[in-house]
Amino acid sequence: MITSPKKGIPAFISDCTRWALSGGIGFKVYLVVLLAVIGVGAFSYVKQFQEGLIITGMSDIVSWGLYISNFTFFVGVAAAAVMLIVPAYILKDKDLHEVVIIGECVAVGALIMCLMFITMDMGGPLKVWHMIPGIGLFNWPSSILTWDVLVLNGYLALNSLVPLYILYCNYHNREPVGWKYKPFVFLSIFWAVSIHMTTAFLYQGLPARPFWNNPLLGPRFLASAFAAGPAVIMMVLIVIKQKTRYPVDINIFFKLKRIIVVSAIINLLMLFSEIFKEFYTFTHHSLSAQYLFFGLEGHDSLVPWIWTAIGLNIFGTLLFSFDPTKCNPRYLMVAAISLFTGIWIEKGFGLIIPGFIPSPMGEVVDYTPTSNEILITLGVLATGVLVVTLLIKPALAILIRYKESNA
Amino acid sequence: MKSSRKKEGQMKIKDMLENKSSRRSFMKKLSIAAAAGSAGLVTGGCGSLESSEEMGLKWEEYFKKNYRLMTQEEKDETVARLERLFKLRMDENIQMSNQEPRENVLFGYAFNISRCKGYMDCVEACVKENNLDRKAKTQYIRLFEMESGKLDPTSGDGKYHHEVPVENKFYMGVQCYHCENSPCTKACPTKATWREPDGIVVVDYDWCIGCRYCLAACPYWGRRFNWGEPEVPKEEINKKQHYLGNRMRMKGVMEKCTFCVQRTRQGKQPACADACPTGSRVFGNLLDPDSEIRYVLKHKKVFRFKEELGTDPKFWYFID
Repeated sequence: MITSPKKGIPAFISDCTRWALSGGIGFKVYLVVLLAVIGVGAFSYVKQFQEGLIITGMSDIVSWGLYISNFTFFVGVAAAAVMLIVPAYILKDKDLHEVVIIGECVAVGALIMCLMFITMDMGGPLKVWHMIPGIGLFNWPSSILTWDVLVLNGYLALNSLVPLYILYCNYHNREPVGWKYKPFVFLSIFWAVSIHMTTAFLYQGLPARPFWNNPLLGPRFLASAFAAGPAVIMMVLIVIKQKTRYPVDINIFFKLKRIIVVSAIINLLMLFSEIFKEFYTFTHHSLSAQYLFFGLEGHDSLVPWIWTAIGLNIFGTLLFSFDPTKCNPRYLMVAAISLFTGIWIEKGFGLIIPGFIPSPMGEVVDYTPTSNEILITLGVLATGVLVVTLLIKPALAILIRYKESNA
Repeated sequence: MKSSRKKEGQMKIKDMLENKSSRRSFMKKLSIAAAAGSAGLVTGGCGSLESSEEMGLKWEEYFKKNYRLMTQEEKDETVARLERLFKLRMDENIQMSNQEPRENVLFGYAFNISRCKGYMDCVEACVKENNLDRKAKTQYIRLFEMESGKLDPTSGDGKYHHEVPVENKFYMGVQCYHCENSPCTKACPTKATWREPDGIVVVDYDWCIGCRYCLAACPYWGRRFNWGEPEVPKEEINKKQHYLGNRMRMKGVMEKCTFCVQRTRQGKQPACADACPTGSRVFGNLLDPDSEIRYVLKHKKVFRFKEELGTDPKFWYFID
């Protein structure tokens, strides 16, 4: 893999492309599978584009569904990179500094998924220029959606440019210059919190929907994201440890585990607080929670999902809290997957759909995504996985080469 | 007769998903009134069949501004383009207005709960007047049937399907309340929906990107989304249209009650108030001290729905 040192941007791009795509037969198969899923998703999207959102399971009552649920969850995953950035850059933690780049790659992939989900959900995607300030009409600061557009794109820029600069320096066998990127690192820390709070405010700021109109929504978003995000990063690190020769120290897993445990416990505490408020004194405003947890007027499509999610949540938290194997990668993988899946269901489906049920006029309907909608969603998820893969591979190649030449 | 009318008026979203098999025959029977004004790129599909004139008009339509930023000249131009596009596509002439709000007018509405018997003539008139999508059975107005002792549509039946009047039941009509402090317009990321000086909350269909944030923000379920391409039989299209009102919508945009802007700005009553056989609907200018609506507000016991949300609706309920 190590080539003779070349210089300049064209060499950087061509080497990165080569590193991104090189790999054994297993890797090739993996890429083909991802591309196939993306292809099927794209095909389904063409159908949606032609016929309209009528091919989804959404209606005037449940007017946001699978797309916005996933969008909401992956904003959380994106923000989780900050849980590596703070210790790595601010607390000067050597171990986490080794893997901070992976957190940033995951953030970029998650953000691309978020922006794609938003686009998939739009009735007029070709009119998106109406939102661009200057040529369009940007309802800022009144509409929280415009804030979200700003913070998401800003965070994407920060999380792409900082690692790009560091890798570009390392590629040319140089130490990155601190003052050139450190200010942006600090900025990205606050920015990560802001993408969360803003996305929560999208829902939290609507008195029309009592289920969302709850001041705990934003903080709970943060807590769940800081558990689910590092869980994703841990999954990626386990794969890297097993499939590449990039050294991932066992200490990194210990530290990530500690972050996850604290966040997951705070998340469960807040969940308990919400459940208490909804059910201790049952009001009209608790109907959505009733629908979610127990079903309402015979409609109970979310009930099995939410209890599965809570089960996985508690199970994952317990696995992380009491780890008898002392960071055995297989054990951690199971723990990470269960916590991640639990929060995914709970923060996605479990948060968005019940906000619409019952409707402001008291009507209760179920929402079931159509196969088209599911295929489009899978296509977006595969795109995210592909982006993360194709970013991490050259990044690791550059870091390995840089380390070896400076050893 | 009443019951068949009601069947037509039923809002059943699931119907349109289940009835896909009958769609083909439905489409054969009806000529599809596709959205003449939508940007050509968005509708897509039949590019080769379009004349170059149509392509050119659609191109100009795609790049036009938000309605509120247009000069009067630009407003006239877009209306002319939309009329021409309709002619090219449907071979019919429509008259589209862009009439501005009148001075010293603020529209308000009052609904007499003790008089309404649930006939649903208002719903039917609204569907016809406003060119509402027949395929999705879109309704701006909904009537909720309630038991005595329960004055809350959320506990009522919005899908009743039987002969009226019924002993010991009463009815509440709900629609967009044209709030002064409207959560929907605040939520819109592109300023595609706003409150006009005469109090009507409108949507610029061509500017709406279809994010549906306004729908989530509305506490009264006053907004409707075009999930598919709306369809109206050619012979039933109301040709007297307004840019901000009942002109043909396209898929992927929001729409809502406009207090029949195409009628009320000409001094007429909205279609629902005109059609009501019981006189339960009172519409008028809140700034005119001699208007009937002012009389109702002064002399009757009135209340507004979900007053605690501070939306300040321009729609009151009253009891004789």
